[in-house]
Amino acid sequence: MLTTLRNWAVFTASVLALFWLQPAAAIRFFDFWLPVGTLALIAIVWSATQPQFDKRDLLIDAGALCVLILAVASLRFVEALSTALTRTRPPELMAVVLAVLTIASVGALAGRARSRPATWAALIGMFLLMLVVVKTDALAAAASAAFRALQGQGIAQASALDWRWLGFSYVAFRMIGSLRERMNNKLPAMRLREFVSYAVFAPALSAGPIDRADRFLNDLRTPYAPGRDLLAESVLRVLTGAFKKYALADTLALIALNDANAPALRPGWAWLPLYAYALRIYFDFSGYTDIALGIARALGVKLPENFNAPYLKPNLTQFWNSWHMSLAQWFRAYWFNPLTRALRIRKWEQAPIVLTGQVSTMLLIGLWHGVTPNFLIWGVWHALGLFAHNRWADFAKTRLAWVGERPRLQRAVNVAGALLTFHFVALGWVWFALSTPAASLQLLARLFWR
Amino acid sequence: MMTTRVLIKAIALFLIATMAFALVDPMPQLSRLSIYNSLVPGRQRLPWGERQNLAYNLSITNLDAMFASHEIAQPKTADEFRVVLIGDSSTWGFLLKPEDTLAGRLNAAQLRRAGKRVRVYNLGYPDFSLTKDALLLRRALRYQPDLIVWLVTLRSFPNDAQAHALVAANCDEALHQACSKYGDPPSLGRWRMLLQHRRELADLIRLQLYGVMWAASGIDQHSPTDYQPVQRDLERDESFREFKPPTLPREALAFSLLTGVASEMSAVPLIVVNEPMLISAGANSDVRYNFFYPRWAYDQYRVQLRESMSQAAGVRYLDLWDRVTQSEFTNSAVHLTPAGTQMLADALTPELLR
Repeated sequence: MLTTLRNWAVFTASVLALFWLQPAAAIRFFDFWLPVGTLALIAIVWSATQPQFDKRDLLIDAGALCVLILAVASLRFVEALSTALTRTRPPELMAVVLAVLTIASVGALAGRARSRPATWAALIGMFLLMLVVVKTDALAAAASAAFRALQGQGIAQASALDWRWLGFSYVAFRMIGSLRERMNNKLPAMRLREFVSYAVFAPALSAGPIDRADRFLNDLRTPYAPGRDLLAESVLRVLTGAFKKYALADTLALIALNDANAPALRPGWAWLPLYAYALRIYFDFSGYTDIALGIARALGVKLPENFNAPYLKPNLTQFWNSWHMSLAQWFRAYWFNPLTRALRIRKWEQAPIVLTGQVSTMLLIGLWHGVTPNFLIWGVWHALGLFAHNRWADFAKTRLAWVGERPRLQRAVNVAGALLTFHFVALGWVWFALSTPAASLQLLARLFWR
Repeated sequence: MMTTRVLIKAIALFLIATMAFALVDPMPQLSRLSIYNSLVPGRQRLPWGERQNLAYNLSITNLDAMFASHEIAQPKTADEFRVVLIGDSSTWGFLLKPEDTLAGRLNAAQLRRAGKRVRVYNLGYPDFSLTKDALLLRRALRYQPDLIVWLVTLRSFPNDAQAHALVAANCDEALHQACSKYGDPPSLGRWRMLLQHRRELADLIRLQLYGVMWAASGIDQHSPTDYQPVQRDLERDESFREFKPPTLPREALAFSLLTGVASEMSAVPLIVVNEPMLISAGANSDVRYNFFYPRWAYDQYRVQLRESMSQAAGVRYLDLWDRVTQSEFTNSAVHLTPAGTQMLADALTPELLR
């Protein structure tokens, strides 16, 4: 009973949080339609991937989802609460009813094609296309212009910033992952309510981690038994995260590298803002993750860890095994491993396989942050670093094995490796923090030469 | 179980720390702890900022911390002739880089007086309030000035302009009369816990952190290039604040504060300067000099100021109100361009060397 109650609470809170956390949008009613769009995509993927389901359960879950969407929309009639869950007043109720009916119809159509791999591939293609549009400024601006025209708004102000779609990147990755699992027959049977809860689980909505559906489902179906220890563990994790985020990261943000201060930095001093940026991005992201994990823990969900002291790792490979781990694992599972497996079947040499796998993976991770030259260079920077380490590790495995037999020397090598790795990563942040290659090159020159 | 114990211990430690903070009250000592003038160079003007994240600067009211962050906190060398500038945002250098402020221009001239190097310190602070100026001037005396230059304008004089956050937060004995008259004295004997100091502590930490960026970038002010230029076409309005022509009541202006401070300055020479302002030639300039001042009020103020200064023994008075070319004002009737500041510096230089 308690578990069912918890599951309904997670579902309801996550759906409402999707509306509540969605930032204001310049396109009329987008702060309402973007969350509805997210829920529609999730419902369609669920419909296309579930081989069988209980019709009564579907009726209950789909009904609950519709009721929640209509309830949010109905707030437009309550003056005092009209912007309680959305940044602006929700659109006309009739438009929302029509949208819900359309979503239900598309979902039903997708359900008819649920056992066709072409449907899954098409959906994956659709998510990739949407990611490309949302992450590419020019395309996002063009899409914004189209939607503005539909709404009768002027298109002169159309901008990529109109697409502040809360959590879409993460939802898209969870959906693509689920579709790939379905292709491999590994996606578990889930109720619509469970699948929605997995996709938009409120604590992990805006910045991950990216969980796997089967693992999340396992937690949802494990009897929920809150107790003092669970609560204390959860509170401690949230407090740790809040300290990292609000005390450390936000303080470091005051002096962190950015486009505004980079041109003014004096030689010799430029390293400080760069170090501040490197530490800030870690404390910010890992602090947020701690808060997400802590809240999830209180709800009985053990989200995957995202960080494991990455800046203390002695090489770049270990760094990427401990930085944004759920994203790295996602790319490993759905891109790197299938690609390298395919290249091995084609009898490629080991080194080109590793190079191709790492460059393409890191390029995709870079572009996931935004389709810009700087994110692309950041991806290549890390790919080449990973490849260099891979080759070095291969070389050193036999020739320098004796180092491992001397603990002190090994420790010294590890410390030197951690320093080198940290600085390689920190210099990579120059591409990440600044918006243009010219500004990045200018700063790199200032860091080393003048 | 272990996690619960950790939480309980953390809460207990926090309570002990906050009680200890209240008992010891380390704020005065903490305020004087500064990375400026040691790890990073001292600031060339007092901390003040509207957009912290772009200016790497912030407005605080802790005078100890403000002065500790300023380059004036460095020890005075034997060959230094120390000049302190007091004034409003014009002296502080609104929209100007530190090297383009009045102090910056005077220092660039590398003046020498009686064989000593003239070193000018900018202790101007934005906002118009003579009481605020007097507060900073008195504090400046701790730093062994050889000469003080106090730049004033009419807007700093009305009695109701004297209330200022700096004054309210720093009502010491010497200013008590002015404080009680114009400011809002804080209660004494406070027993404040850590949480109640959190804003002040956060500001102190921020001030130190911005010191890093001050050293790294030389930025201490956000200066937008697209600022609204000073208004030259004026309304046909003859009022100055609540005052209407024909008479500017002397008792409504804080001349007594100015002369009172001047009379205390027997040990340190004081020059009072009526600072330059825009004399508009636009619409209705026959009625108003600029957005701040109608002609009748400003003309009477100049006469009254000259009379007051003539009665203050040992004070030199300079009326430089029209000394800057009218094209050299930026976004207000008293904010100067670098070229305008140079004109003012040129006018002041002979007085500094006299």
